Amino acid sequence: MQNSRIRVRKARVVAGFFAAIAIILWIGGTGWSLTPTASEAESLAAWEKIATVLQHPRCLNCHQLDSPLQGDTRRLHVPRVVRGPDNHGVSAMRCGNCHNEMGNNPTSRTPGAPHWQLAPVSMLWQGLSVGDLCRMLKDPSRNGKRTPEALIEHMATDRLVGWGRNPGEGREPAPIPHREFVDHMKAWVAGGTACPK
Amino acid sequence: MITLNVNGKSYELDVSPEMPLLWALRDKLNLTGTKYGCGVAQCGACTVHIDGQAARSCSIMVGQAAGKTITTIEGLSGKVAEAVTKAWQRLDVVQCGYCQSGQIMSAITILTGNKKPTDADIDAGMEGNICRCGTYVRIRKAIHEAAKALA
Repeated sequence: MQNSRIRVRKARVVAGFFAAIAIILWIGGTGWSLTPTASEAESLAAWEKIATVLQHPRCLNCHQLDSPLQGDTRRLHVPRVVRGPDNHGVSAMRCGNCHNEMGNNPTSRTPGAPHWQLAPVSMLWQGLSVGDLCRMLKDPSRNGKRTPEALIEHMATDRLVGWGRNPGEGREPAPIPHREFVDHMKAWVAGGTACPK
Repeated sequence: MITLNVNGKSYELDVSPEMPLLWALRDKLNLTGTKYGCGVAQCGACTVHIDGQAARSCSIMVGQAAGKTITTIEGLSGKVAEAVTKAWQRLDVVQCGYCQSGQIMSAITILTGNKKPTDADIDAGMEGNICRCGTYVRIRKAIHEAAKALA
């Protein structure tokens, strides 16, 4: 009787051990850590790098109120286009009329990526200081209801975000290589999404 | 091979998926009613419909249009298209005519989604179609007239 209890206890210990290993492996596989590993200073330093990307024309040009900007000089989009109810333009002037989901058009040089559109009104970045942009980005009411982890995921995998590094001829790519940028995002989050004043 | 569905017919084309749709329409399918204007999505002369939506065929690539329903000026049909083309004829909108197939395609898209467009709706929707003859006033009037005919 006692032996069988010991066997059950041993089996539970072994099962628990393997379950713990599985959870650790799973967490490792997702790329997230359980606890913040960066300091606030490291988080702030990472944010300063992130901001150079978000304030670059490749990102900022479409985080505008009613009409996007174009080019490295940030001029108004020609032809004139307006936001419309779904952020994709209006009637015969919708973003997808010219911008290809499959990518940049090398002949007309029209840029393209999936869900080409103006960023939602809640995400107006134009004119924000680096600190205000930081506070906006981590505010779920102004970032598409994203958790910090979801922000990393968005920046890492969204193909429209990724387009900024492959914008086609005649446009300067967003600064900082993609992997490095995602590492900065992780460090910013790990250190508590610190924002400058 | 890429399959394009144009004006109700299916075509197999041995072209690059990055070829502008306009090249395929004009040079491969001989559908020359759609015009080449600027080639960089700035003038609207190349406007066609893709799944009923106005699209610049100089900028949309063949690979993007594959599997979708493409309509050119030659393949127009239906009440809205009829109302628009009749209004265009009645008001003698056309001057040189080069931009007009694109203008008509955009006008049909506007009226398909909005049965009673205001001047502002028309201006916003037609913004990408330019006319060197300056027929804008007649275009706007013809769209209003087509809307009345459809009411």
